[in-house]
Amino acid sequence: MKAILVLEDGSAFEGKALGASGTAWGELVFNTGMTGYQEVITDPSYAGQIVILTYPLIGNYGTRDAFSESQKPVLRGVVVREACERPPAGDDGNLDDYLKRCCIVGIERVDTRLLTKKIRSCGVMKAVLSTELDVRDAREMLRRQPELGSQDLVKQVTSKGVRVYGEENGIPVALMDFGVKHNILRCLVRRRCRVTVFPADAPAGSVLESRPAGVLLSNGPGDPKKAGYAVNTVRELLGKVPVFGICLGHQIMALALGGDTYKLRFGHRGSNHPVRDLKNGRVFITSQNHGYAVDGASLEKGVEVTFVNANDGTVEGLEVPKFRAFSVQFHPEASPGPGDTEYLFDEFLKLAGGEVRRCRRILQ
Amino acid sequence: MPKDPSIKKVMVIGSGPIVIGQAAEFDYAGTQACLSLKEEGLEVVLINSNPATIMTDSNIADRVYIEPLTVEFAAEVIRREKPDGLLPTLGGQVGLNLAVELAESGILAKEGVKLLGTPLSAIKKAEDRELFKRLMQEIGEPVPESRIVYSPEEAVAFAREAGFPLIVRPAYTLGGTGGGVAFNEEELLEITGHGLKQSRIHQVLLEKSLLGMKEIEYEVMRDGNDQCIAVCNMENVDPVGIHTGDSIVVAPSQTLSDREYQRLRAASLKIIRALGVEGGCNVQFALDSESGRYYVIEVNPRVSRSSALASKATGYPIAKIAAKIAVGLCLDEIKNPVTGKTTACFEPVLDYVVVKMPRWPFDKFTEADRVLGTQMKATGEVMAIDRTLEGALMKGVRSLERGVIDLSLKGMDALSLQEIKDKISRATDERLFALAEALRRGVNLDEICNLSGIDRFFLEKMKNIVNMENRLKEEKLTGGLLKEAKRMGFPDAVIAKHAGCAEEEVRVLRGKFAIKPTYKIVDTCAAEFEAQTPYFYSTFEEENEAVLEDKPTVVVIGSGPIRIGQGIEFDYCCVHSAWAAKRSGFRTVVINNNPETVSTDFNIADRLYFEPLYIEDVMAVIENEKPLGVLVQFGGQTAVNLAGELERRGI
Repeated sequence: MKAILVLEDGSAFEGKALGASGTAWGELVFNTGMTGYQEVITDPSYAGQIVILTYPLIGNYGTRDAFSESQKPVLRGVVVREACERPPAGDDGNLDDYLKRCCIVGIERVDTRLLTKKIRSCGVMKAVLSTELDVRDAREMLRRQPELGSQDLVKQVTSKGVRVYGEENGIPVALMDFGVKHNILRCLVRRRCRVTVFPADAPAGSVLESRPAGVLLSNGPGDPKKAGYAVNTVRELLGKVPVFGICLGHQIMALALGGDTYKLRFGHRGSNHPVRDLKNGRVFITSQNHGYAVDGASLEKGVEVTFVNANDGTVEGLEVPKFRAFSVQFHPEASPGPGDTEYLFDEFLKLAGGEVRRCRRILQ
Repeated sequence: MPKDPSIKKVMVIGSGPIVIGQAAEFDYAGTQACLSLKEEGLEVVLINSNPATIMTDSNIADRVYIEPLTVEFAAEVIRREKPDGLLPTLGGQVGLNLAVELAESGILAKEGVKLLGTPLSAIKKAEDRELFKRLMQEIGEPVPESRIVYSPEEAVAFAREAGFPLIVRPAYTLGGTGGGVAFNEEELLEITGHGLKQSRIHQVLLEKSLLGMKEIEYEVMRDGNDQCIAVCNMENVDPVGIHTGDSIVVAPSQTLSDREYQRLRAASLKIIRALGVEGGCNVQFALDSESGRYYVIEVNPRVSRSSALASKATGYPIAKIAAKIAVGLCLDEIKNPVTGKTTACFEPVLDYVVVKMPRWPFDKFTEADRVLGTQMKATGEVMAIDRTLEGALMKGVRSLERGVIDLSLKGMDALSLQEIKDKISRATDERLFALAEALRRGVNLDEICNLSGIDRFFLEKMKNIVNMENRLKEEKLTGGLLKEAKRMGFPDAVIAKHAGCAEEEVRVLRGKFAIKPTYKIVDTCAAEFEAQTPYFYSTFEEENEAVLEDKPTVVVIGSGPIRIGQGIEFDYCCVHSAWAAKRSGFRTVVINNNPETVSTDFNIADRLYFEPLYIEDVMAVIENEKPLGVLVQFGGQTAVNLAGELERRGI
């Protein structure tokens, strides 16, 4: 079956349908990771987006439940050069089957390098991916769609109610779910945390009521400014309990601290992004997925920049010692990508451990 | 960390003559290192015994000594030149051994020469089997059951405990010389006896066999500030048991999940940190995908054939960066020469697939034992790049120049099914063709998997090629089918063979449907950043990035893989003719496919095409470049063979 991909700049590409049939529109972005396609596809931060995977052979090792970073993918479409038809026996099916099951449309056999170069030079843009429309109808449809930045995507991916993970007597951690990846939960639970997951619009009061030793602000999709309610909540939490922000959580923390965020031309998405730790000058390779960044110039006194991107100098981490709060733009939980910065969870738990001891002292 | 200011003059040790297991890659590495050091304003003194190299040219190092690579001669050069530092890790095993001897004899200390880059202790820890095993156990990295032995008697004692098969690896030898796999006591005694003689320290490692597991390699780098990166990983198509130099290798790994990829990457970085390597390092693993268990097989704390391959496969110049690290620079202080903007402290990503194929000398040594094992038999190698694995595989076969342009070897179709199966179970230079033949005869994929130990993924890709052969035989040659065949790397002649028409008809048909190769850039970053490098490969897609430039252009044909009778001397000629053409004001374009050489360094010409030196591929580049002329006389037999064909086409 044929599929088409039509871009906001008017260009159109024909390829072979992959996954579900139908029509989807979204923001076209690219990810340069060579492994971890299923982790990317199931990352809730891709809500509203159509993702080009730049590595040309995708699906080589099949799909497995264990590789999923969320219950089901929420991205709008997948663009690949070639999807593997017959992955190894014993797994949960090839990429095509998987996307069909998840009702995600895709396209293969298109020049993904050409598309990537387009995004690199023109910036991210809207696109329609369809197995049913012709190019003219797709262009027409594209014109009618709103700007993606105008939507609150967090609402679409956050959990509906409060959930608890980990052992009964673990370190109590609250997690604000803006679209959390499973591996963040795994990283916490593995460190003997008892994690209470709150929906993004939970008020600060109920978060604090769970008596957390620390609050983790999760990753998530879209423009942080569209999640103003979360910004307000975080503002209330700061100073009362240690806070660790990841990706969108980092941007929301920056906004809560009075800083500003802006949209990058094509963002950082991949497993090879170098960031410099400004405390010791060392560079780490990180996994990233973001389209917005914190404006370093907008930060107030007392808010320190801790990490910067070694390629373009953008802000990659913040710290507010007086609030016992820090955040990073990259993904220490990796999955996909290198786990070189997973130690940051330990740093968070050091702060949380301090909080546990402080509370005990107060109780005594 | 800035450059070490006490270092002003550096001595580099070359790698001596070409032997099996050590081809042109050290000329490439040494040349890059010398140029890289000069770039930093340092004076470079080179000692090498092989004059047929680019690195011994007067414009590469400041001073060149063509002398035997022995302690006596090296010591004399040191006394005369009084260098501040010695860079030993770029001259392969020969250079490394000489540096170790120089250090141990006290000459370096006496003359105040600093050993640059990876410290001697790290080299020892990686090369001495016993020290290495102990280190791996300390840091919790799994190694196979093994024992160091110094006599055949000890070997037999270990075999009685651990059982067969056992791998025998002599210490401090090149390309596994003197090693092998022993399946019984008799073989063990024979191989061990031979190995002990070959080893410089009369030491042999016996190791419980990991035969049949996936063999995965990582090329990693570390600087003095403990910053580490993985430049590239590679997957051997042939499972553990066949020397990686004799194996078909793909980059990046194709069948590893992100978790497996990251686990092995993390292990590589842990190892390079524990060793304290400053520069490049190669780590080899055996991975059992079913159980998820892995073992560290080997670590090479220096640039190697694998690092030359990784450099060409990714565009990331490992030797050049390693030389800068050796004089104190950190990865993040070095620019990524491909983008010119981003730092060298990042990990390259590919948006293509690379296939390396070994070139064996069995065409010249017809009586030689063709069975492959832990001792390397290939004299050279070729690399092919494409956006499909089928395409890269087919290009690889064409690049080998053994008179074969697809997966059919003459005589293979006359063999009995049992003979084919035998050829699949034992790795020889002909196994790839036997696999294709078995697929043609409809042998079950699972059976082929079991017989060969090759991952199903790769066999599926070969099956796609065989299926295409059948489609070409049965179906009408439409534009769609033709395009699909080209995408899988089928040359026109092969399409014509199966479709039962003349090659010329296929060419005409391609013209009619406008099916011609497009060229894409190797840029280390999958197009995320704009690239400065003019390094191209062909594929059948939409955009052609090698846009025609309106300047007088000369195309230089390279010399392909190193084989008996065609060493790196022809690469030397190619590089010089490219330089000469450049000096005369021409824009120069090099076509070659040997990843070990200087000529496939993207800095040599105005453009590099990494392509087979097969007439169709060469003509396609010529059509894309519209040169004034083609220089064929410098590429040895390879290029000369092409000359007639080119002439007939009016070039």
